[in-house]
Amino acid sequence: MENNLENTTNNNKINIEYSQFDSERMRLNAGPQHPSTHGVLRLEVELDGEIVTDIIPHLGYLHRCFEKHCENSNYNQIVPFVDRLDYVSAINNEFPYVMAVEKLAGIEVSEKVQILRAMCAEINRIANHLLAISAFGLDSGAFTPLLFLFREREFALGILEKLSGARLLYNYFCPGGVRYEIYSDFKKDVKVFIDSVRLAMKEMEDLLIFNDIFIKRTEKIGLLPKEVAINFACSGPVARGSGINFDIRKSAPYSSYDKFDFDIPVVEPGKEVVGVSGDCWSRNWVRVKEIEESCKILEQGITLLPDEGSVTDGIPKKLKVPAGEVYCKAENTKGELGFYLVSNGSDKPERVRARATSFVNLAILPSISKGYMFADLIMILGSIDIVLGEVDR
Amino acid sequence: MINYLKNIIKGFSTILVGMKVTFINLFRPNVTVQYPNVHPLVRAGSDKMPDNARNKLNVIIPKCTGCKSCEKACPVNCITIETTKVASIDTEKPLMEDGKKRVFWLSQFDIDFAKCCFCGLCTIACPTSAIVHSTDFEYSCYDRNELLVHFSPFNKEQVAEKKRILAEEVKQKAEKALADKQAAEKAAQEQNITDSKIKSSDDQTSANQNIQNNSN
Amino acid sequence: MENHQFLFNFISEYTGDILAGVLIAIIPLALLLVYALVAIYGELKIASFIQLKLGPMRTGKWGLLQPVAEVFKLLQKEDITPDGADKPLFNLAPFIIFLGCYAALSVLPLSSHFAPSGLNIGLFFIIAISSLAVLGIVMGGWASNNKYSLIGAMRSVSQIISYEIPAAMCILGVASMAHSLDMNVISAQQQGGFWNWYVLGGPAGISKIWLIPFTVVMFIVYFVTSLAETNRTPFDVPEGESELVAGYHTEYSGMKFAFFYLAEYGNMFVVSAIMTVIFFGGWSSPFGDFLNSPIWQIFWFIAKSMFFVGLQIWLRWTLPRTRVDQLMYLCWKILLPLSMVCFLAMALGGMLY
Repeated sequence: MENNLENTTNNNKINIEYSQFDSERMRLNAGPQHPSTHGVLRLEVELDGEIVTDIIPHLGYLHRCFEKHCENSNYNQIVPFVDRLDYVSAINNEFPYVMAVEKLAGIEVSEKVQILRAMCAEINRIANHLLAISAFGLDSGAFTPLLFLFREREFALGILEKLSGARLLYNYFCPGGVRYEIYSDFKKDVKVFIDSVRLAMKEMEDLLIFNDIFIKRTEKIGLLPKEVAINFACSGPVARGSGINFDIRKSAPYSSYDKFDFDIPVVEPGKEVVGVSGDCWSRNWVRVKEIEESCKILEQGITLLPDEGSVTDGIPKKLKVPAGEVYCKAENTKGELGFYLVSNGSDKPERVRARATSFVNLAILPSISKGYMFADLIMILGSIDIVLGEVDR
Repeated sequence: MINYLKNIIKGFSTILVGMKVTFINLFRPNVTVQYPNVHPLVRAGSDKMPDNARNKLNVIIPKCTGCKSCEKACPVNCITIETTKVASIDTEKPLMEDGKKRVFWLSQFDIDFAKCCFCGLCTIACPTSAIVHSTDFEYSCYDRNELLVHFSPFNKEQVAEKKRILAEEVKQKAEKALADKQAAEKAAQEQNITDSKIKSSDDQTSANQNIQNNSN
Repeated sequence: MENHQFLFNFISEYTGDILAGVLIAIIPLALLLVYALVAIYGELKIASFIQLKLGPMRTGKWGLLQPVAEVFKLLQKEDITPDGADKPLFNLAPFIIFLGCYAALSVLPLSSHFAPSGLNIGLFFIIAISSLAVLGIVMGGWASNNKYSLIGAMRSVSQIISYEIPAAMCILGVASMAHSLDMNVISAQQQGGFWNWYVLGGPAGISKIWLIPFTVVMFIVYFVTSLAETNRTPFDVPEGESELVAGYHTEYSGMKFAFFYLAEYGNMFVVSAIMTVIFFGGWSSPFGDFLNSPIWQIFWFIAKSMFFVGLQIWLRWTLPRTRVDQLMYLCWKILLPLSMVCFLAMALGGMLY
């Protein structure tokens, strides 16, 4: 793996034979209280001047015993806990969990619910990517994009608030359906939201994405070759930025995603807009394009979503889950999120295991950021887009 | 050389494009509201809080049957309910909101909002919609203990009184049961002896009177 | 050009030379403090309007008293010296940085009849004195006993020292055209409308037209350099918030932090004022003799300077930050060659006209 990294061409890495210099290394403790470690991640960084020679991530500052809690809660009570994994995209966390319970309990879900769930997940995905892009801009020092995109994010949260009653931790999906009925102006709101997001992203491309300083900061930085990404089991925009055409929505369509027509943005080698495949800019660019694809899904969802029918009828009065085990995965905003459930037939699961996307994606950080500057390390961390709630669980 | 100049011009022009964007935004109206002065209910996009908005919980005590469904549904155990059975000898005859007879006094109904995660599972579990979310979200306070809200209509003395009444009833019932038992035993003894029938019939009538008093 | 001593002579007739000197010295200090309040307020408001916010609204009407409130807040704060810090250096650093900015103000000609100190080598003095800030930064960064501060100070030193070279080139170019280092003289040469400003080739009639592209490029080079010298975005790597928390002033609090803050805004004004003097006619009115009395000249000078301060603020809320090696690349490989080419052209212009 290390060899792959060293041999990559087009690398902006500073090539210094460290052993030749007898310089003193500095150990810098970035985090857990640092402005841009995206939470309480602690990075013990070894610096040679400005150049990062070693990174030791320390996790666990936000450990909340998610999996142990689940063993003591019944199936419905776990949903609020699942929300709090990746708290930026809570709906997308609920999705695989609820599907897992439904699979285990053998609950059939109506088509309207499936389409509504997909739409909610896409609204949430846009909200997450808006935050990811703007926070990435903030890491590079641009403050204004953050607040511009928060304006659009506010729309997304508003729609989800009207649906579920909460702004961030929704607890909206439940086995068999969703908690509350759709409000009357839902489709109209989504239409307005799509238009405003498209406008804002156009503005954002002018202001940040194609800004020369931003490009210089991100292109050819944090190069993640395709093979390394596969070896580390990366998924989501991180993998797609490295040219891996992998998206569970396409490769194993769940819920109603087979009804929608959308593309998977992948930055393949040789087809880059800026920079090279697998750098920070590409990962960010995948997110920018995914917002457009999510808008497409939402547009189709508006026409597909039937007006009649209830979304709460399918919820069973008493959830009976037979003994058994199931693994269910879905494309979270950050990649593959899966839940492995073991049931012993009682009302509480025997074991809940989450395959947390951010945790797996974060694992690449030490191997892709050595040899870059400290400022680049922050950019690489921002481009991976982690949420510590999911890393530490 | 040409490439070098091109790069400079490109960098310079993208900066100008960015400055154009910020300059346009300089003259756009603000999207924020001044929160305590302007209530967030009127913020852009929505003029009122959605119907299912999940804020501070409220318990409508006349509706609550004391079934403890919410307590069981809560994932963080922030609801504590203690019920006291309504004694039949109690002079107060409580009714539910829908006119049915109340079975339980709610001697304790506490919600700890420091623990509450606003998931809304309790409102779904409640069979009579007694526990609902209100639109009140501004309840921050300086003392953590203020977040422990007591919804029970009784204070400590009233709870003690109700418990005393119930205990009295239980005691009376126990006495009655004891008396019944004794009377039955006595009757059985007397039947066994079959000595004086007149005397035993007197005893039985007095026992009957006792039972009637109790049931009243 | 002796009339810039007008105010000094006027006061010293009554008070004697020493007291007059002290009184004159108070004027730039007062100017600096008042300006800092205005600039902080301006920065808050411009940033907020760009970001579709309102900015400070509660302290006074439209939050006008916000900078005053911030000053009082900083005054009240505990003055912390971290354990393990080098105390004398740590305490001295903010004042040295402030000194560099304050001393530079002394040679700025606010009007044709008033410059706090009418030095005839004003430009040279400014180049020399602005290096003093480096000393303060490296002292503060080193003495803080904090790794972030140290990295910030190292970055800042390399940055400011590098960027002094293209800045000196720009100043030299104008000096060679003006045949003078006296800022009052340079300002006076540019009288008679904006056509005579050195950014448009100087006061040489229509034949100077070939010089305009060079002077404009020179102005842009100097503007970029001035951003770097004041550690403003996109060159705020020494205090890059997302990387180094707050750079060399991470450990400072209270009044000492306020001095850093004041010096940053003061430096913004100083570089803008230099820009005004050497490229935009200093105190001279842009419309020839229209509104060109000594009092109006103060207005023009401050208005022009504040325009560039505003430009710096506008840029700050638009651009991301460069990396430290890109900063050096920009300085040595782009700005320095450009400024050298322009300097040659301007020197030729200086010989011809």
